Amino acid sequence: MLSKEQIACRIAREIKDGQYINLGIGIPTLVANYIPDHLQVVLQSENGLLGIGPYPRSSEINPDLVNAGKETISMVKGSSLFDSAEAFSMIRGGHIDMAILGALEVSENGDISNWKIASGLIKGVGGALDLVASDAKLLVAMLHCHKDGSPKLRKQCKFPVTGVRCVHKIFTDLGVFSILPEGGFKLLERAPGVELDEIRNKTEGRLVIKGEIPEMTGFQQQ
Amino acid sequence: MINKKVKDAEDAVRDITDGSVLLLGGFGLCGIPEAGIQALVGKNVKGLTCISNNAGVDDFGVGLLLKERMIKKLIASYVGENKEFEDQYRAGELELELIPQGTLAERIRAGGAGIPAFFTPAGIGSELAEGKEIREFDGRLYLLERWIKADFALVKAWKGDTAGNLIYKGTARNFNPLMAAAGKITIAEVEQLVPAGELDPNQIHTPGIYVQRIFQGAGYEKRIENITVSP
Repeated sequence: MLSKEQIACRIAREIKDGQYINLGIGIPTLVANYIPDHLQVVLQSENGLLGIGPYPRSSEINPDLVNAGKETISMVKGSSLFDSAEAFSMIRGGHIDMAILGALEVSENGDISNWKIASGLIKGVGGALDLVASDAKLLVAMLHCHKDGSPKLRKQCKFPVTGVRCVHKIFTDLGVFSILPEGGFKLLERAPGVELDEIRNKTEGRLVIKGEIPEMTGFQQQ
Repeated sequence: MINKKVKDAEDAVRDITDGSVLLLGGFGLCGIPEAGIQALVGKNVKGLTCISNNAGVDDFGVGLLLKERMIKKLIASYVGENKEFEDQYRAGELELELIPQGTLAERIRAGGAGIPAFFTPAGIGSELAEGKEIREFDGRLYLLERWIKADFALVKAWKGDTAGNLIYKGTARNFNPLMAAAGKITIAEVEQLVPAGELDPNQIHTPGIYVQRIFQGAGYEKRIENITVSP
């Protein structure tokens, strides 16, 4: 099994040189810590920044500089600032190459649910609906199961849907999955020490396991 | 140059009344019109419709208006982090319209730009699409969304001049420029107000034509929701 940090680390390997990327809240935010130094990528914050840098030192905190999670951040060299309409023009207009989002559930045909829900109350949608409707390659980072053990890889989403047929790949603590064009979760890799049976037992939607499934490399078993 | 300067926040919000429709700038607590909100709390007007990306927190930002029960309807993209909102919404005392953030921004932009409606892909397949016109363009589905305009827009900038020109700082810009254009009466508050001619015209983000009233606020708290630091 992977920790949340390790999921983030695994996703970072999907990032290619020259990409503009939007990172969602939660595990996706951690991805920034694992982007290899030799790659030139730019992180977008939908509240109006291209070029998110690391968290600031405590002496350099600036209340006028936060990310979409309202966390204090810094800017890298070559950053630009803009308004919210411009930020979403970039997203809808197909200028952002990749979006990495958290999710409550993903269905076997690539629908995603990620409205924030706590104690039955909808907290809002934020920018997720705009992001999943864009042409950005959509990667999902989440734990494989809900806290009560029920699966998050569903036949159909039980939570309100954010977008339909939009997820490209899913990264969980148990493995990496792609969505097949005809529907179904295709297992691409499994986390260190995770047996195929465990993945089968914890996945509700159609799971496709073909041939030898490689174990992820570079991680210690948790 | 037309002088837009008013005395203070109280003077600026003088004619906001019960039932007014307000646009309030800011993202979370970043770039919110702190002084304007305080002045509204002092006026204690009721039945407001507030359009703001967020609902503030319990004791700051739009949350202050919620606490005084001044808001009838809230139009926002994200309303978490606010217990007062939750309580009033659960009790059926507050109307809520949730809008995807990009759609909210574009609807406000459209309002300021005289575009009554537009099509966007955001929301297709979700329950937010219910009751909305859907049309196919080049093989993809899009939702028809209407413009948003308001009686008043309360925006916050870093610097401004007496002609109403505004310059924002960092990510405190967010919804402020869009809202400035979509308010019938736009009230801008700034940290530094200078005479017309002192700001470089090349650097202006919001041209003064959109601003009807401007004042310099004092004692900005600029509260931070989540302080995160590197070691």
